[in-house]
Amino acid sequence: MDADFRRSDVLIIGGGIVGCATAYRLGKRGVKALVIEKSEIGAGGSCRNAGGVRQSARDVRELPLAMHAVSDIWPTLGEELEIDVEYRQRGNLRLGKTEAHIKALTALVAKSVSAGLDVRMITGDEARAICPHMSDEVAGASWCPTDGHANPLHTTFGFYKKALEYGAAFVTGVTVHGLKKIRGRTRQALTDDGVYEADRVLLCAGYESRAIANTVGVDIPVEREVSEVFVTEQRPPMFDVMLGTSDADFYGHQSKHGSFVLGGMGGMEKYTSNDASVATHGITAPRLSRGVIKYFPTLRDIKVLRTWAGHYDVCIDGVPVVDNVGEAPGLTLAFGFCGHGFGISPAVSLALSELIIDGESKSIDVSALGYDRFRAKS
Amino acid sequence: MQRTIRTRPTLPFSPEGDDGLIVCRCEEITKGEIRRAVYDGMRSMNEVKRYLRAGMGLCQGQTCQRLVQGILSRELGLPLGETGRIRGRVPARPVILEDFGMSDGDSEGV
Repeated sequence: MDADFRRSDVLIIGGGIVGCATAYRLGKRGVKALVIEKSEIGAGGSCRNAGGVRQSARDVRELPLAMHAVSDIWPTLGEELEIDVEYRQRGNLRLGKTEAHIKALTALVAKSVSAGLDVRMITGDEARAICPHMSDEVAGASWCPTDGHANPLHTTFGFYKKALEYGAAFVTGVTVHGLKKIRGRTRQALTDDGVYEADRVLLCAGYESRAIANTVGVDIPVEREVSEVFVTEQRPPMFDVMLGTSDADFYGHQSKHGSFVLGGMGGMEKYTSNDASVATHGITAPRLSRGVIKYFPTLRDIKVLRTWAGHYDVCIDGVPVVDNVGEAPGLTLAFGFCGHGFGISPAVSLALSELIIDGESKSIDVSALGYDRFRAKS
Repeated sequence: MQRTIRTRPTLPFSPEGDDGLIVCRCEEITKGEIRRAVYDGMRSMNEVKRYLRAGMGLCQGQTCQRLVQGILSRELGLPLGETGRIRGRVPARPVILEDFGMSDGDSEGV
């Protein structure tokens, strides 16, 4: 029985939202997946993010994924997964306080508009009309009315539950050390629990994917960087939009539960955080708190209940790799999401299921996310 | 971490008489919801917490953690010590945002 369990149509390495969602989509098309996860379901970035479902301020190379997710998947995802994913499509405000902020935001808006997105610059007063309680310091904002937010925990576990229902199997507490080709095809995962085998392998394990891909001669320039979030006590509904700032003071939203989920960085992460620990740092959440109070003075007396940290898998050029690997047939890669993977993950999993079954992504153009796009300086 | 194999349940969910009992008081999560979460595939304290919010409220699991561990160990047939525990989070008790940010000009900071 154990030998049977170790074989599948597709091996998925990484039990985050991309792995769970792809296992579900493969199952729907009659392809059996076995997901190997070293820790728990969604223990990485999938359950460690602030829930943004955003198209604005995205790199145009991943915009097709974001726009497909928002137009075709998110509006009905809760019914599809039979769980309340708490998707709210009430827009995204990216706030600016200074002239430099407004200039940076205006440039971002121009790029998104040229890629076909409905996003525009608005004044501080217009922003305050959309989101009252904001301080007069806000001088302007970019406004994308079709952006929103959702609950990453419910979405991740919703995909997990549906994947199980459609016949996928999961094994947790097993660490993959490397891949092995058999007669030129990527077929085996070598783990601390022996060998697992399948006709196809999907590697979607965040930063750790890099070392695993290295074992079949593929290197993707991805590093990790820590980011933190703090969560407050509940308050009656105050605003429904997703918020960010040009200066990256904080980003986040008020959840359906009533708590505020607000995240960001302390500014020193590049030099302090490249290790496996996701412990919070004493300077980060206080810095975020100061940022939040500047924009929302009315929140100064809300209680902070907890803080947590997570890793971004930062790809060198700011967008992930979502591609089949030519030199290692049978291997598909999906990592390097740079901290903006949650919102696009329902679309990424669709592209991945097509890359795996059909050999190409037909529904969504992911051609700009190739694994072989990296070049040294000429 | 122990290897855990997870597949679709083969038997239907069986309700129990005291499923309506509130276990996590802060977030009002019942025993039945926790049993159902295990049935849905949750296998650890952190997964139950993330799925249901049990232990995410004002007391951060100070009150309910042992009770949830007990339910989890019974449902999974594990010894009480092997269900794990939820990740401890800073701050250890709720702190007002302004104090947390040390942004009050009158205070001397931490």
